[in-house]
Amino acid sequence: MEMLERAHAGRSALLVAATGAGKTLAGFLPTICDLAEQPAEGLHTLYVSPLKALAVDVQRNLLTPIEEMGLPIRVETRTGDTPSDRKARQRVRPPQVLLTTPESLSLLLSYPDSFTLFENLRTIVIDEIHAFAREKRGDLLSLSLSRLQAIVPDLRRVGLSATVADPDAYRQWLAPDADEELVDLVIGDPGAEPHLDILIPEGRVPWSGHSGRYAARQVMDLIQRHKTTLVFCNTRGLAELIFQDLWRVNDNALPIGVHHGSLALEARRKVEAAMADGRLRALVCTSSLDLGIDWGDVELVIQMGAPKGSSRLLQRIGRANHRLDEPSEGTIVPGNRFEYLEARAALDAVDAREMDPEVFRPGTLDTLAQHILACACAAPFEQAALLREIRSAAPYAGLTDEVFDRVLQYIATGGYALRAYDKFRRLVEDSPGHWRITKPAVALQHRLNAGIIVDNPMLDVRFKNGRMLGRVEEGFASTLTVGDHIFFAGLSLEVLSFKDSDILVRASAKEARLVTYGGQRMSMTTHLADRVRAFLASPQEWHRFPDDVREWLEVQQRRSRLPQPDELLVETFPHEKRHYMVMYSFEGWNAHQSLGMLITKRMEKAGLKPLGFVANDYAIAVYGLEPIDDPAPLLSADILEGEFVEWVEQSMLLKRAFREVAVIGGLVERQHPGKRKTGKQVSFSTDLIYDVLRKYEPEHLLMKAAWEDARARMTELGRLARLVERAADQMVHVATSRVTPMAVPLMVIIGREALPSGTADDQLLIEAEALAQEAMRLD
Amino acid sequence: MVPFSFAGHDFLADPQGALHWPAERALLVADLHLEKASWFARLGQFLPPYDSQATLAALTAIVERAGVERLYCLGDSFHDRFGCDRLPEEARAMLLALTARLDWTWILGNHDPGFADHCGGRLLEEAEVAGVLLRHEADPADPRPEISGHYHPKLRLQLKGRNVSRRCYVGSSAKLILPAFGALTGGLDAGHPEIRRKVGPEAAAFVPVADRMLRFPLAA
Repeated sequence: MEMLERAHAGRSALLVAATGAGKTLAGFLPTICDLAEQPAEGLHTLYVSPLKALAVDVQRNLLTPIEEMGLPIRVETRTGDTPSDRKARQRVRPPQVLLTTPESLSLLLSYPDSFTLFENLRTIVIDEIHAFAREKRGDLLSLSLSRLQAIVPDLRRVGLSATVADPDAYRQWLAPDADEELVDLVIGDPGAEPHLDILIPEGRVPWSGHSGRYAARQVMDLIQRHKTTLVFCNTRGLAELIFQDLWRVNDNALPIGVHHGSLALEARRKVEAAMADGRLRALVCTSSLDLGIDWGDVELVIQMGAPKGSSRLLQRIGRANHRLDEPSEGTIVPGNRFEYLEARAALDAVDAREMDPEVFRPGTLDTLAQHILACACAAPFEQAALLREIRSAAPYAGLTDEVFDRVLQYIATGGYALRAYDKFRRLVEDSPGHWRITKPAVALQHRLNAGIIVDNPMLDVRFKNGRMLGRVEEGFASTLTVGDHIFFAGLSLEVLSFKDSDILVRASAKEARLVTYGGQRMSMTTHLADRVRAFLASPQEWHRFPDDVREWLEVQQRRSRLPQPDELLVETFPHEKRHYMVMYSFEGWNAHQSLGMLITKRMEKAGLKPLGFVANDYAIAVYGLEPIDDPAPLLSADILEGEFVEWVEQSMLLKRAFREVAVIGGLVERQHPGKRKTGKQVSFSTDLIYDVLRKYEPEHLLMKAAWEDARARMTELGRLARLVERAADQMVHVATSRVTPMAVPLMVIIGREALPSGTADDQLLIEAEALAQEAMRLD
Repeated sequence: MVPFSFAGHDFLADPQGALHWPAERALLVADLHLEKASWFARLGQFLPPYDSQATLAALTAIVERAGVERLYCLGDSFHDRFGCDRLPEEARAMLLALTARLDWTWILGNHDPGFADHCGGRLLEEAEVAGVLLRHEADPADPRPEISGHYHPKLRLQLKGRNVSRRCYVGSSAKLILPAFGALTGGLDAGHPEIRRKVGPEAAAFVPVADRMLRFPLAA
């Protein structure tokens, strides 16, 4: 009701409410009332959600009341999946309510008729705003909002968000000119407190692992006792593995399914439909189900492995019982003892209503380039007016004239110091400050390549009859050979052959390999890390822990030390003729990976003969042939200057960031499905472009964009810097004669974990060749 | 550079893809694809206009290190037949300096058939050196020892969870395919059926590391 009042007053609003509070309908109520009172043709309300599936779901949920009331309101979706004839018709005769995604909206704005299409627009509703405002898709949407506001100055903006730590930051994001006073805050009913617990089979928490696999039978029991259960896993590979584990102990053959982002669209839709109809007892899933579709009767949510953040946990748990008066039920299955502490920390954070910190960063330049080109495709523009419009988008409020100019030059000719491409320009300045595209082909090219999500190159996994099961990354596919078995789409599959961009498979019953996907792992948030540190330093809290966790900490305290919250504990000890250094830095897996590389490099220089390192979210272990008597120089602050920059420039981190900015920024075209070349490849590797650019024009706009991405979005760099800064003052070194309890979770993954322990690629190749020779020797 | 023998001759292989033939005082490279970036720029993809410069700088460095007198480019030296006309000034100067001091042969490829040569060197369809045939694309029907380019072979392996991808040589007793040398040239999987068909059943990928050549059999 409050949303209606805001609407009558013509006010923009941000509605913050728990999942299941009927946010979406609340967002639409004013539109329905308005159109019921004054029926009108023309686009009245735009709804933007981060997921295509959500748009479809909302359409279904809206149509029912509209039909029941017999209102003359058309509600349609427009996403990448919409057939082109319908898209064309929507531009000529738009529905009153259009449900779409940030990408599709940006594309609509690239057409010359966008000015008439949106001229009567009254309201834009942005759903799940918390899920993407701080990402590049949020940048794109924010820029589109500014454009829409320029077309219709009295546009009302409505944001819908799950519970967030800092609602005012989202009000600012949503408001024109970042003026939060223009957006009213409406807080929904918080609903019942969730019931959360930690599952510990037989009171034992394992030393290592991070999947909670050991608890398969107990998880199956829980599924048995509940009507419907969602089982969240932290990676796609783990989801497949857990599904197999559960299937093995599924004695009553309960219907269970698996769902993740790399499965074929139809397969996902089928599973979702089965879930909605109550035909599944459990669904093993990943972040692919963090958002969206409302299923009503999920009774229990199980989180396999550590939750990594309290907001994420709360949102996942909120998927159970989408009714406000009933508490959601959730269970965490920690993978090891550190994860137990993390799970306990997450539950405490939920109790204290402490949410994950949210960092807003300035708008990205590749997204800006894409948006400016979209604007140019719609109509010629005045440079000064466009800059004003762009600055009214919160993420770009601080955009300088100089950077804006560089982005224009970049779009026009690539923005190189060597002005080689003037004759091929895409944008031309007709008269001072007045720009237009040079030819219609530029607009066609833009519309084909626009978009914010950049996948790694993927191959389709299909049965021989052509049915697609899903996709795996090219990098992983290249390691498969005919006859290999993989766990995928809930099946064991035998690879039959490779055909163009397809992997043909058949079902099999054999043990199989896990499919792996590249990219970063999710790291534990800083506030959970702080809570875990606080546990270590507070023995009075330990009575809450299971016996084996408590004993683990007690023995650690006697044999070595438990770090105080402001201490960086470093242990050194010999073990099986090697010398180990374990550092309990709690900065997350990603930061630890970077640090491991840097430290092993330093050890090499210092003659300590490093052999490798392993890391988890909590600590890092480095090992070598010589004892480390003084760890301090290995971590001195100057590591961040020379070695760090050099290392980042050569790392996959920056190359991956560069690939993304090169595609989003329109430097290279996307590979379009079906157009993939066989035989000789036409596509070029952005790694090669990166290498050339780094050498000849390291200050180029896209290099700047890639660095900014690496710095701001991949928070690990910041965490790494803080860690190193801390090290000088806070390091406490304990040398012991043998391995300590807290080191064990790391020690057991040495040799087992697939991590490339600092070894150079050359070394890996040499080992691989030796292995092949060994295997092929005929004696 | 690591020692490598093929068809009874001794070579030194460079990880970037140049093959040094000390007995002939020659250097062999394939698929420079000069001016690839400016070719794509015409189509609205503004790749960095420094690819020719990068490729030629790398080539100059190897020529100086190896101290060769002759140089053979095994085709697709330019990304298209007009590439030579588009060379930026600096790259052109580097190329002219190279062709002036070396006995330079351009073997023509499918990308640059009959390119107009303004930068020195001679143009040939194919060449024969000490009984070894040099051509752009391998000819499985020809039994003579042969060195070619065209396929840009790359070895891709997943090792201990890491994807390793390297330019590589692919060879058998009578066929050798060089990796692409160009700065912006991508790669084709060394195990691609087309490559194996051209090289024959005993095809293996060869990857130079610091001190030696690694050999990876390419199973069908």
